[in-house]
Amino acid sequence: MTTLLKIAWRNIWRNQLRSLVVIFSIMLGIWAGIFINGFSYGLNRQRTKEAIQTSLSHIQVHDTAWNREPNIQNQLPQPEKLLAFLETRPEVRALSARILVNGIVATANGNGGVQISGINPENEAHLTGLDARLAQGDYLGEKKNKILIGRALGEKLKARVGSKVVITFTDKNGLIISGAFKVAGIYTASSTQAEELRVYIRKADFQQLIGHPVHEHEIALLLHKPVEVLAFRDKLQARFPYYEVQSWQQLAPELSYADEIMESILYIIIGIIMLALSFGIVNTMLMAVLERRKELGMLMAVGMSKRKVFSMILLETLILSLCGGPLGILLGFITITYTGSKGIDLSVVAGGLQSFGVGSVIYPYIDTVFYFSTGILVIVMALLSALYPAQRALKLNPVEAIRTI
Amino acid sequence: MAVIETRHLQRIYQDGNQTIKAVNGIDLEIEEGEFTAIVGPSGSGKTTLLNLIGGLDKPTSGEVRIAETPIHDLSDNDMINFRLQHIGFVFQAYNLIPVLTAAENVEFIMLLQKRDKAERKQRSQQLLEAVGLGDRLTKRPGELSGGQQQRVAVARALASRPSFVLADEPTANLDSQSTANLLDIMARLNKEEHMTFVFATHDQRVIDRARRVITVEDGKIKSDETRDR
Repeated sequence: MTTLLKIAWRNIWRNQLRSLVVIFSIMLGIWAGIFINGFSYGLNRQRTKEAIQTSLSHIQVHDTAWNREPNIQNQLPQPEKLLAFLETRPEVRALSARILVNGIVATANGNGGVQISGINPENEAHLTGLDARLAQGDYLGEKKNKILIGRALGEKLKARVGSKVVITFTDKNGLIISGAFKVAGIYTASSTQAEELRVYIRKADFQQLIGHPVHEHEIALLLHKPVEVLAFRDKLQARFPYYEVQSWQQLAPELSYADEIMESILYIIIGIIMLALSFGIVNTMLMAVLERRKELGMLMAVGMSKRKVFSMILLETLILSLCGGPLGILLGFITITYTGSKGIDLSVVAGGLQSFGVGSVIYPYIDTVFYFSTGILVIVMALLSALYPAQRALKLNPVEAIRTI
Repeated sequence: MAVIETRHLQRIYQDGNQTIKAVNGIDLEIEEGEFTAIVGPSGSGKTTLLNLIGGLDKPTSGEVRIAETPIHDLSDNDMINFRLQHIGFVFQAYNLIPVLTAAENVEFIMLLQKRDKAERKQRSQQLLEAVGLGDRLTKRPGELSGGQQQRVAVARALASRPSFVLADEPTANLDSQSTANLLDIMARLNKEEHMTFVFATHDQRVIDRARRVITVEDGKIKSDETRDR
């Protein structure tokens, strides 16, 4: 086997340029596959992360009727008990209890439908980092009747920091309630849609506007460990059966499906790349076999078994692939690690990315296991690519191959 | 004892509607230690005869016995193994493995025979010294002259300790000096080690050195002449 390996290795370098081209193309193909996958996976992961960070959170708790009718009367019954419980749980990193109501926000230049969130500014900042996402102005503080609006909504209504806006909604009795607020700050979100649809005011201002105490409609929370989301949701639901407790996967199934679909797509992409590469390898090895008809014929004539001839061609193909494959994987790993930490700045297409729900800097990412499975795929591809050329070698008739003995 | 024995050997090819009897009923015995040349014009059937004797082709009918073993019935795999153990080949175009050194080329056959490393090394060195290439052990074929390559091929043919060596036009690509050297080496091995050599050749220099000359024409033996030396 050692000698066969030695012959196979030396055979590869008989035509250095050709072998290097094949190795380079395998390396480049695998690298491109890993990078494209890392980029797509990173994009999707970032979209999910930003959606969780800025709007969904890990878990949301509502009244059981909320999902059917998200209106003002479907408040959480006795939210103090739930809040007291959550505040003692070590799993919980941050939480925010919100009053939510659908309404209209208007300026002299126009109006738009929004969801008005009555929040505790400190908790909200802790949960969603809303204070850090201000593009202009100040965060909600002690001053009354201040409002935060999204950048897209500000542009639509031509509202700036300090502009006066009027919010209008109906209470549980159908009475129209309006209030004037001053824009304290303009925030940014991962998507244009989010910037247009949500405005924030202080919970106390909301209570004052409506004139009577209102319970929260939503409690959103983040956990320290994202892997504990489903277990914690189940625990919470079991303890508080009269609430609807939903994980982010239930709240935005499209995000969680996107993860699963992305994983399948990653393998399909790498599979297509490998298929294309395998044609190159088959072609090269076939050329190598046909060029060496005489030599292979001689080997069979002098007593080299067909099994050994087959193994030799198989080894040559494997070596070629195993030179290029790991190099491609290594290059892919380096690229993903580097760009994953530094990010890829795509400010030129920031608008498009924002409408997709991600920021302008993408952080490619790939699970470690993907590198291993790519390595295995390279070996499988190499073996499959070797079969046809090796079989062609076996079909050589020593007499025809060397013409005469 | 006959090393090679053929009985009523026939090899018929079908070329369209035409039937070609390349070998047409040849009975032949070649004894151990012979230095035999098979000669004949192109298309006479000498190459087909050599292919049949070497187990590279199967007869349409008749028998081929090598060292009393009937090889015409062997399966492809058994035939490959039989060739490895019993027959040494020297080809017109040398056909060495270009990526191996001279010593490795000679060792390779023994490796296929699963001989141990020490024996392989010792015998390859011994054989290459015997063909005058003791100082070229580590050279690859590309670094050797045609004559030297053919001498490596002879050493390789002998490495497996075959029953006989078949050489097809071994001197066709060599100059006079290299031809003379090669024939001297083969004649010495024949004399000293009693190795049987069978040549297929047009080369008068080879024919002149042979002790038996078999002339083949139209697939049949036309003459069989043994010379005293």
